[in-house]
Amino acid sequence: MIKIEKLHKSYPIGKDSLHVLKGIDLHIKEGEFVAIMGSSGSGKSTLLNIVGLLDTHDEGIYKLNGQVIENLDETKAATLRNKFLGFIFQSFNLITYKTAVENVALPLYYQGMGRKDRQKVAMKYLEKVGLKERANHLPNELSGGEKQRVAVARALATQPKVVLADEPTGALDSKTSHSVMELLKDINREGMTVFVITHEEDIAEQTDRIVRLKDGVIISDEKVNKTVTA
Amino acid sequence: MFDLDRWREIFQAISKNKLRTALSGFTIAFAILLFTLLFGVGNGLKHTFEKQFAGDSQNSIYINSGRTTKPYKGLQSGRGIQFRNDDSKFINEKFPDKIQYFSPNIQRSMQVIYKGEQNRYTVRAVYPDYQPLESAVVEEGRFLTYLDVERRSKVVAIGRLVEKDLFGNLSAIGKNLNIEGISYKVVGVFSDPGGDNDERFIYTPFSTFQGMYKPNDELDYIGMTFNPDLNVDQAIAFSNLLTKMLKEKHNVDPRDQGAIRVRNYAEGTKNVQSFMMVLNVIILFIGIGTLIAGIIGISNIMVYIVKERTKELGIRKALGATPKSIVGMIMMESIFVTALAGYSGLMIGVFTLKALGKSLEKYFILNPSVETYVVVGATIVLVIAGTIAGYIPAKRAASIKPIVALNDE
Repeated sequence: MIKIEKLHKSYPIGKDSLHVLKGIDLHIKEGEFVAIMGSSGSGKSTLLNIVGLLDTHDEGIYKLNGQVIENLDETKAATLRNKFLGFIFQSFNLITYKTAVENVALPLYYQGMGRKDRQKVAMKYLEKVGLKERANHLPNELSGGEKQRVAVARALATQPKVVLADEPTGALDSKTSHSVMELLKDINREGMTVFVITHEEDIAEQTDRIVRLKDGVIISDEKVNKTVTA
Repeated sequence: MFDLDRWREIFQAISKNKLRTALSGFTIAFAILLFTLLFGVGNGLKHTFEKQFAGDSQNSIYINSGRTTKPYKGLQSGRGIQFRNDDSKFINEKFPDKIQYFSPNIQRSMQVIYKGEQNRYTVRAVYPDYQPLESAVVEEGRFLTYLDVERRSKVVAIGRLVEKDLFGNLSAIGKNLNIEGISYKVVGVFSDPGGDNDERFIYTPFSTFQGMYKPNDELDYIGMTFNPDLNVDQAIAFSNLLTKMLKEKHNVDPRDQGAIRVRNYAEGTKNVQSFMMVLNVIILFIGIGTLIAGIIGISNIMVYIVKERTKELGIRKALGATPKSIVGMIMMESIFVTALAGYSGLMIGVFTLKALGKSLEKYFILNPSVETYVVVGATIVLVIAGTIAGYIPAKRAASIKPIVALNDE
C-alpha cells in the first residue's frame, strides 16, 4: 500500500538547510496497523506529511497504492488525498462553524457527492463512532474525545485506503485516548490500513507494528508481540 | 458558478462568520453611501445653478438702442438711436451662419380684457423664432407662425398665467381677447421655465403691431440666438463684431456704451461654465477619493479575512479541496458580499437623498440625485476591487502547503 525507498527531506532554515529525513525505507502492506515512534525532532511528523501528500519529498521513491508520487501539483495531490487518505490530527482540525455531521460530510462534498447522500453517509459514520445523537452540535459543544471521534468519522467517510493519524491521542486524557485507540483498532480489523504517529509507548503498543525513528533514520522496525489483554 | 452546493457552502460561511461579513459589507456599503451622498449633493448644487440660468436660451443675444452719450463725427450726444427693419436685414445678411434664431420685437404694456376680467400685461410683437429664444413650451394650441406674420393676423399666444388670470380653469384657445380696443384670437398657451413673469407675456405677430403702434419700419429691440456650434469665445467675438458694425452703421462712437447695447448671454455662461467646471472637478475629486478609500478598506479586510481563514483552508485542502476550489470559494464569497453591500449602500444613499431632497433647497441644493450609471459604475468598481483584493491573498492561501496552513494559529 505504501512503499518508501531512500526517502530524503530537508527544510531550508535561513541559508542552511535542516536534513530531517535521511534515507527512509518503509513498506506498509494493506491492512496493517503501524505506529511510527520517535521523540520530537525525529522526523516522524515530516514522514507522515509526506505520506499524507501534505508535503513533498526531495529524493527517493514514494509509491501510494502502486502509484509513484512525484511532481504532484496541488490539484492532483488534493484529488489523491481525497480519494486514498483520511487524516486524524492531534488538534482535531474540525471547522469551527460547521456541525459534527457537516464536518464529516465535507470531504464527501469535495468528492462531488450530492447533499442528501453526504448527509446519509456522514450520519452512518457518526453512528459508527457513537456520536449519532451529537450530530448537530458544533465542535465547541463537544468534548475532546468526541471531537476526535468526529475527526475519525470524517477520515473514514470517503472510505480511504489509508488512515493517517498524527498524535491522535496527544490532546486527550488516558480514558478517552483508550476509546479512540479502540476505534482505530476496530477500523483496522475491518481491513483499513492505519498509520499512527505517536511518542507514547502504550499507544504504540496497541498497534501491530512499531517503527522507531531517530534523527531522520529508522532505528528499529518490529512486530508487536500481542500479549492478549482480556 | 451556479453550483447550488457551492452556494450553500458560501452562505454558511457568510452567515456563520458574521463579524467578517459585517466588516467587509460595511466598508463597501459605507463607501458607496458616501459616494452617492456626495455626488447627489454636488449634483444638487449644479441643478441650482442650472436653474438660475434656465429662463432663457443660454446662447441668447439681445440688442437694445438708447441715446448717444458721446459726440461723434460732428453729431451731438443725446441723439436717439432707432432700430429699423433694415437693421434686421443688415444683421441677417452680414452673419447668416452665426445666427440660429432671430426676431425683432415691439413691446407694449397694455390693458387686456376678457369678458369681466381685465389686467395689464406686456404684449410683445415678435417672429415665431422668439419661442426658442424664451425657451417657451407650448402647452395647448400653437405658437405664432410666419403665415401669421405675413397676414398680419390678429392672433395671440398667451402665457399660462394669463390664461389662469383671465379664464380661470377654462381653456383660452379660440377665445377673443380685447387688447386696447382691438380683438385678438388666442391660438396658443405656453409655459416658460423662466418663472411667473415670463408666463405673463402675450405674444402677437411682429407685423401686426408694426404700423399700428410703431411707424412702418421701426422696432424696439432685437433678440436672437447665436449658432450653438460656436464656442463661448467665438460667440463673444461674434457679438463684439456685431456691436462694432452696428455702431458704425448708426454713426456711434465705438466707446459709446449707451446708444447701442448688446447683451450676450455667453458672457454669463462663460462664468457659470468655469464655476461648474470647478464644482465638477471638486465633486469628481471627492468621489474618486471616497472610492479609493473604499478600495483600500476592502483590500485590507480581504487580507485579514484570508489570514483568519488560513487554518480552515488548510483543513479543506487536507480533505481534498483543490486550490481552484479554494480561490473560487473565497472570491465568490467576496463578490457576493461586496455586491450585496454595495447595492444596499446605494439604495440607502438614493433614499436618503430622496428623503432629504426637499429640506436641502434652502441650502442651494436642488433635487440632489445621482445618475444611475454613476453609482452602478462605482459599485462595480468596488466589487471588482474587492474581487482583486480577495484574489491575491486567496491565491496565496491556496498555494500555501496544507501542512503550513494547518499549523497556523
